[in-house]
Amino acid sequence: MSLIRKPLNRRSILRAGAMGGAALATPTIFTSGAWSAGYLNEPTGAEVVLGFNVPQTGAYADEGADELRAYQLAVKHLNGEGDGGLLNTFSSKELQGGVNGKKVAYVTGDTQTKSDAARASAKRMIEKDGAVMITGGSSSGVAIAVQSLCQEAGVIFMAGLTHSNDTTGKDKRKNGFRHFFNTEMSGAALAPVLKNNYGTDRKAYHLTADYTWGWSQEESIKKYTEGMGWETTAAVRTPLGAGDFSQYITPVLNSGADVLVLNHYGKDMVNSLTQAVQFGLRDKQVNGKDFVIIVPLYSRLMAQGAGENVKGIFGSTNWHWSLQDEGSKAFVKSFGQEYGFPPSQAAHTCYVQALLYADAAQRAGTFDPCAIAAALEGFEFDGMGNGPTLYRADDHQCFKDVLVVKGKENPTSQFDLLEVVEVTPRSQVEYPADMLGGELGTCNNGA
Amino acid sequence: MLHQCRLLQAKSGRTMDVILLQLLNGLDKGGAYALIALGLTLIFGTLGVVNFAHGALFMLGAFCAVTFNKLLSLEVVTTDPTKTTAWGSPLEIRTPYVEAMLGDFGTWMLNYSVPMSILLAVPVMLLIGFVMERGLIKHFYKRPHADQILVTFGLAIVLQEIIKAIYGANPIPQSAPDLVRGAADIGSIFGFDPGVIVYPYWRMVYLAFAGAVIAAVFAFLQFTTFGMVVRAGMADRDTVGLLGINIERRFTVVFAIAAVVAGLAGVMYTPILPPDYHMGMDFLVLSFVVVVVGGMGSLPGAVAAGFLLGILQSFASMNEVKAILPGIDQIIIYLVAVVILLVRPRGLMGRKGVMEN
Repeated sequence: MSLIRKPLNRRSILRAGAMGGAALATPTIFTSGAWSAGYLNEPTGAEVVLGFNVPQTGAYADEGADELRAYQLAVKHLNGEGDGGLLNTFSSKELQGGVNGKKVAYVTGDTQTKSDAARASAKRMIEKDGAVMITGGSSSGVAIAVQSLCQEAGVIFMAGLTHSNDTTGKDKRKNGFRHFFNTEMSGAALAPVLKNNYGTDRKAYHLTADYTWGWSQEESIKKYTEGMGWETTAAVRTPLGAGDFSQYITPVLNSGADVLVLNHYGKDMVNSLTQAVQFGLRDKQVNGKDFVIIVPLYSRLMAQGAGENVKGIFGSTNWHWSLQDEGSKAFVKSFGQEYGFPPSQAAHTCYVQALLYADAAQRAGTFDPCAIAAALEGFEFDGMGNGPTLYRADDHQCFKDVLVVKGKENPTSQFDLLEVVEVTPRSQVEYPADMLGGELGTCNNGA
Repeated sequence: MLHQCRLLQAKSGRTMDVILLQLLNGLDKGGAYALIALGLTLIFGTLGVVNFAHGALFMLGAFCAVTFNKLLSLEVVTTDPTKTTAWGSPLEIRTPYVEAMLGDFGTWMLNYSVPMSILLAVPVMLLIGFVMERGLIKHFYKRPHADQILVTFGLAIVLQEIIKAIYGANPIPQSAPDLVRGAADIGSIFGFDPGVIVYPYWRMVYLAFAGAVIAAVFAFLQFTTFGMVVRAGMADRDTVGLLGINIERRFTVVFAIAAVVAGLAGVMYTPILPPDYHMGMDFLVLSFVVVVVGGMGSLPGAVAAGFLLGILQSFASMNEVKAILPGIDQIIIYLVAVVILLVRPRGLMGRKGVMEN
């Protein structure tokens, strides 16, 4: 062993630099801090970090902003601040300020409503910020992509606004959970209302957004409307973000159809509905009947964009601020006092998901994703604004009442655009867990 | 036999209805493309600048209409202490100032806010065009086209984000005046069955408006001394300069005029497409294809290609066409551009020497 110290030379500096750089460049996921624990990103300090991955730019930025408001409110309530919101009406009383003795902190990411950007921001929040759970989003394509990333990384994904059957169907994952309803439930809830209002002898023409959610909704609505005797004249796929839909709407005029089903959401729905009304479809008589338009998935933010064109048009929604149960009233009061306007359905589902995750962690006594998944599976709860609800263990889909709404004829304010015409009971929208295919697989805690 | 003949007749009649409707669709869409492409090619032909911020000018025009409507809709807010909102604060009662102050005339102004917003859009867009050209674009005249594209594209993104920060990301609907809000049964005028060829009044107004603006721009360039100098500058900038004419100052005015044309196209398009911050980008790429197909620097080419591509895009969306060529509606414009560039590399009416060195 030589005691002579080697002098620093160019080669040793380069070697040391390369090794240091490699160590710094290694994601935290591979460093001892993350791996020494029993699961990925086990919180060791006084705080636990949640990752809110919402569209802050792009077409759904307004919805994303509302989701973020809801998450911030949820964090406030979880940390024992504010009026407590839905914690006052939630059937589980485990949460009493903080979760597992830790203060809740959060980081945010921008999904841009693009799968690759959403995955990149979720990855950053998991690897760099140490988030134990990722939640949010306003698109099924994004939700499915991020859910799959969370499964691979080993954290829980609590989906935000995602309506495609595939999220808890063929693309379901053991680490992913959805509170929002899906297109199958929309179809089941809407069909009886449509039958009562428009009868069984109708010809429907579908305009469908050409991606996973649009296909899923078209399939579900066709299944239920054809089941009650309606005929599907045509189902035309339209590109996402087409802007001007006139070339897709004009063929409807002479198609013999007397119903137009718009399987569009967000900006596409605002544009296609506005233009369909401009082309006089709502004033038209076909086959001796009044021509009608249906928007199977509604949101208040969309209704605001479409203005008076939504009047009298049926659709379905996960939740609406005008509900009069104690949970809904508590949430609207809390959100309204904080921000000065009522929450959207996106805000509601995100707020509830944050609370459900925290409650499951508290009940499990850990932030281990597999223990939390086990606590959420089969969990029955109430007081969150949707009546008695079940997180089904077989597919991680929440089952609860579904609202059928109609564009209000005489709105009393800029927020009062939809009226709830029917609360479809949970039993009517339930379906066998294996119907939509897919495998949950096994839980991954990242260890 | 008679029954079959009737069926055939009915089928051919239906096909004719669909063709006529798609032709009308193509014309109004083409009108928007032509207006944007006209401004683009005017800027390119005079200043030699590839302006990727031109779509943003279309969007800014649309937001002039939104702003005008918002200004007219400024409200007197009073509270009704006897009623409360769902979250416990007193219920607000809102009445627009113009209605409170001007009564029926105020209501009329609100009803006609879109066409009236032209009064706001013209000076605003002139100013924006002038500031843009003097403040930024002029520094890039002698730089490569790639630099011009980068800086104008960057500017477009900045403008978009400013609009989003002020107005949000959701579309903001604008209503056409009540008088032209419905749809006209054009078919019955020409002997078709009633209700089969129905077309919105406002789209017809837009088409007529696009035609009038295009005619006005051409007349301005063709019949005024200013226009003559601009045309001479487009043909040979150096010679015009040698004659002692300050062509740069005139080109600044041309840029501002192009901004106004794009802005007006945006204003009048708002009842057709509720404006949002991204609408300019949606039109920009297509408008560039229109300019390339029409021929870089050719004003009649831009107008002709605008209408041609608008019509082709509409026909490609017909179910009968898509049944044979699925997805053709998505690529038709680019397909036509490829074919035109292969057959006529200068575009339909392109000038020799433009973008060829």
